[in-house]
Amino acid sequence: MAGARESARSEPGAGAPASCETGIDGETLHIALSGDWSIVHLDPVDRQLRALTAAPPAARKAEIDFAGIDRFDTAGACVLARTARLLEARGLSVALTNMSEAQRLLSDKIGAGGVPEPIAHPAQPFHIEVTGRIGAAMRAIGDEALGMLAFVGAVVSTLGRTIVHPSRLRVVPFVHHMEKAGFDALPLVCLLTFLIGAVVAQQGAVQLRQFGAEVFTVNLIAIIFLREVGLLLTAIIVAGRSGSAFTAEIGSMKMREEIDAMRTLGLDPMDMLVVPRVLALIVALPMLTFVANIMGLFGGGVVAQFMLGMSPGVYIQRVHEAIGFWTFGVGIVKAPFMAATIALVGCRAGMAVTGSAESVGAQTTRSVVYSIFLVIVLDALFAMFFTAVDI
Amino acid sequence: MRKGEPIIEVEGLVTRFGDNVVHENLDLTVKRGEVIGIVGGSGTGKSVLLRTILGLKKPDAGRIRVFGIDLAELPEEERRIHERRWGVLFQDGALFSALTVAQNIQVPYREHLDLSPALMDELAAVKIAMVGLKPEAATLLPAELSGGMRKRAGLARALALDPEILFLDEPTAGLDPIGAAAFDELVNDLKETLGLTVFLVTHDLDTLYATCDRIAVLAEKHVILVGTIDDMLLSRHAWVHEYFHGPRARAAFAGK
Repeated sequence: MAGARESARSEPGAGAPASCETGIDGETLHIALSGDWSIVHLDPVDRQLRALTAAPPAARKAEIDFAGIDRFDTAGACVLARTARLLEARGLSVALTNMSEAQRLLSDKIGAGGVPEPIAHPAQPFHIEVTGRIGAAMRAIGDEALGMLAFVGAVVSTLGRTIVHPSRLRVVPFVHHMEKAGFDALPLVCLLTFLIGAVVAQQGAVQLRQFGAEVFTVNLIAIIFLREVGLLLTAIIVAGRSGSAFTAEIGSMKMREEIDAMRTLGLDPMDMLVVPRVLALIVALPMLTFVANIMGLFGGGVVAQFMLGMSPGVYIQRVHEAIGFWTFGVGIVKAPFMAATIALVGCRAGMAVTGSAESVGAQTTRSVVYSIFLVIVLDALFAMFFTAVDI
Repeated sequence: MRKGEPIIEVEGLVTRFGDNVVHENLDLTVKRGEVIGIVGGSGTGKSVLLRTILGLKKPDAGRIRVFGIDLAELPEEERRIHERRWGVLFQDGALFSALTVAQNIQVPYREHLDLSPALMDELAAVKIAMVGLKPEAATLLPAELSGGMRKRAGLARALALDPEILFLDEPTAGLDPIGAAAFDELVNDLKETLGLTVFLVTHDLDTLYATCDRIAVLAEKHVILVGTIDDMLLSRHAWVHEYFHGPRARAAFAGK
């Protein structure tokens, strides 16, 4: 510790603070400097010298005396160079006295740079700033929609070619992504849908009991899960889990110029990266949804057993009576569309990554937000459609 | 402290990653006011040595004293004070991507000091001029800069608090020859005017010839040789001989 204390003397800011005394002697303005003229203590003397140069006393000569300075760095040199320059601009002839060799070298170096240009801080009036941001956001939405449309077109044409030449399909990545996006998501999907199924059944039972209609809890849980909740939950989980992964994977490849490398090697990134992911999700999401539906019904069944005292056999019987084929069909038919949406948004965001790492992060966030948004919008459109066709 | 006395002392340093021993009993002394170049083949742990001295990696054994103090033994608060006495230029500048060049330079001012905005702007402009960037660069974001400009901006940030030691990690890698030569000149210039000690990790033979007072060669897990260029040329060690007598070295030497 003794060593630390000893060396503290040469630490910046450890000496006496910078100070300067001014005095007038005839026609000469004396500025005597002393103390630590490093950046640490500079602010008060900087203010003092700024005030001095703004309204200098009547004098023809100025003498800046360096004798008392014990530490001097570029910041100190910068302040003194500016002071000397401004005094000269006011018509005083400035002399620097008692400078050491090192101080002279440093002052010359800083002075040689000339007048540093003020750093512009561009600022707009508030109303222009606000309208500007709204405009930029609208344009971004328009560009995004156009870009998405172009991307969908490119994917569809690649898919078309894959159908004509099935050998173009990369089977290994296709299966790999089915496993990652589908099979690996099973535990999470099962657990969450089981819990939601149980919660919906429990809440439904409590409410319906007031009308003595608690047996209809089964209808509630079966219909709501098969038509809407099973799929919607699964789609949102997959969007958060796999849509973001697609963006991050493709985005980091884009960032490291791997996608450019593919193109130069005559490989089509659409074939290699996008189509396997889109097809894998289109196959995997309906299967996941099916499992989710079963788990939701199972969760409801457990609650029915304990809250309503309904045996499993009766529960299955009642579920059977409550639903028709289209209750299940409405849910499952939507799944491939949702899957395509999630995969397309994810892949497109990945392709939109530009050089930097923060762009990967930004695009991943966008990808999740957009795909969940679009999944819910799509669900609403389907609901209107199925109501119109009376299913 | 005066010129010539040791400013960085590394004694018996051991670093390893898992089973992979990078340094074993490494000793190195850097003197105040000199430019020392660290050379060595790929994977000999040049950058690891730099990171270990900076305290970014914990040594597995050995002592490192900077400014005569073992920083690892100091409490956090005191170590921070001493850490302001060095500046580091990382390989790609490591500028904060959300801030402009001027704001990057002002980060240490804002964090550690109490300065008026006008003075901070003025100092940032001085540093920008010092490293040879155009004044317009002040308001640009790092993403808008070329590789060479990013390095210069990184150097300006490293110089923000007028450090005593400047650590440079491959400062000329990825620069064109003109930019690299200008960078060498800049380092010499800063050493002259600011009295800096420079710790330079490099592969660039031209930089070694142009700037370094001494060179330390890392091989076989420790520093095998420290000395001037002439000492390097006389060495009988196979790698050192190969390095300083290879075709590229002859070309760099012929240019001097």
